[in-house]
Amino acid sequence: MAADMINWSLLALEPPGWGGVLLAGLMNSIKIALGGYSLGLVLGTGGAFGKLYGGPVLRDLMEVYTTVVRAVPELVLILLLYYAGTDLLNRVSAALGYGSVDISGLAAGIFVIGVVQGAYSTEVLRGAILAVPAGQIEAARAFGMSPLMIMRRVTLPAMLPHALPGLSNLWLICTKDTALLAVVGFSELTLVTRQAAGTTKAYMLFFCAAGVLYLLLTLVSSLIIRVIEARARRGWAAR
Amino acid sequence: MTERAEAIAVRDLYKRFGALEVLKGISLTAREGDVIAIIGGSGSGKSTFLRCINMLEVPSRGSVAIRGEEIALRSDRLGGLTPSDRRQVQRLRARLGMVFQSFNLWQHMTIIQNVIEAPVHVLGVPKAEAIERGEALLRRVGLFDKRDVYPAFLSGGQQQRAAIARALAIQPHAMLFDEPTSALDPELVGEVLGVIGDLAQEQRTMILVTHEMKFARNVASHIVFLAHGVIEEQGPPEQIFGDPKSELLKKFISSSH
Repeated sequence: MAADMINWSLLALEPPGWGGVLLAGLMNSIKIALGGYSLGLVLGTGGAFGKLYGGPVLRDLMEVYTTVVRAVPELVLILLLYYAGTDLLNRVSAALGYGSVDISGLAAGIFVIGVVQGAYSTEVLRGAILAVPAGQIEAARAFGMSPLMIMRRVTLPAMLPHALPGLSNLWLICTKDTALLAVVGFSELTLVTRQAAGTTKAYMLFFCAAGVLYLLLTLVSSLIIRVIEARARRGWAAR
Repeated sequence: MTERAEAIAVRDLYKRFGALEVLKGISLTAREGDVIAIIGGSGSGKSTFLRCINMLEVPSRGSVAIRGEEIALRSDRLGGLTPSDRRQVQRLRARLGMVFQSFNLWQHMTIIQNVIEAPVHVLGVPKAEAIERGEALLRRVGLFDKRDVYPAFLSGGQQQRAAIARALAIQPHAMLFDEPTSALDPELVGEVLGVIGDLAQEQRTMILVTHEMKFARNVASHIVFLAHGVIEEQGPPEQIFGDPKSELLKKFISSSH
């Protein structure tokens, strides 16, 4: 009975099935998540070192960045950065005589997610760096390493085990945040699911299918995170 | 007999932390092959003095020269001193092998990786050569079989011996030991002192901050007794321990037995 109510053929990969569209949406979501997360890590690393070791001006700037981004709802930030950002870029480009530019949804999405992630990972990384015993860094100084080499060879690898739980959380949040980009019309998983559901009226089927895809993404992520974590903690005695 | 060259020369060194003046004008010269033990009560400034030699602490006044090259210092905005050439400090540090009280091995690297880190990345020694020399050093301190183990899995005594191998790996002009046995369980002190004693025998230039009086007496060529931030008394071990002049030193020696 119930089985008859579900038209599984709607999930077929080839049209008229929507499976291929959903998978393409998932790929877009993953692309944005990966790009935004990476950008966020770069911003976060810079932000954390800036907050810890920068001068007073840099520290204040970082503080403003993390406070504002974490205070404003992400949806608002996305709308703001996407529309206002595109507008600003167009004006600048027009002023420079290039005419209007077309910004790809992917690039804009990565930028927006990256800025948001950067603020959160700044705090995660700052805490992790503070958790590195001072003696580790002192030994590096005593052996003549430059500040940049200390960061690369000692501080970053030593803080990684402390940062990973927080960073793993951020990654999972990041994969879900990509859904917010539906509001600016980017064809990620949530938007294409809504289109599929709206067209076929099979709401239950498509939103459940999307839920399963998000769940799979999370499960695979967890596996990878576990491997990375085991590797980062290799120098830690079992406790 | 020609006089041996100066390895480390400290002139009129002052160090203050806020209102607290820890070092009040210390001058000390270590010539090549000298083994100088610095003794004194806690808070006498021993460790601070040692850390000023490689600028882990920057002195408030005075000068430090390594093999005749004075570390360039300039006044900073806060009225203290700051190294004027970071690269000079890094270059000189790279040939001063420091051993810390709490070992400070890099926890994310295996023992051999710890040993070759500075030679490869700071001094630019080819990796294969650094590994070969590093393994020889580990054999010497009895840790060759632990070369691929992470520090957290070793005892304190083993970690400190590995840290000594790490300091030797940079082929140091001088070794600085900052209370190398203070963080060790009593039964592990001996193995570390044994290694340091062997190094002293080789006429390596060493400055050693220590609480081990018997050890200082046996291995040092020169003893410096610090009290309240000044050198209260100094001389050869027989004189310091056999015929102390100052009241503070007499009290210190009798209390440390």
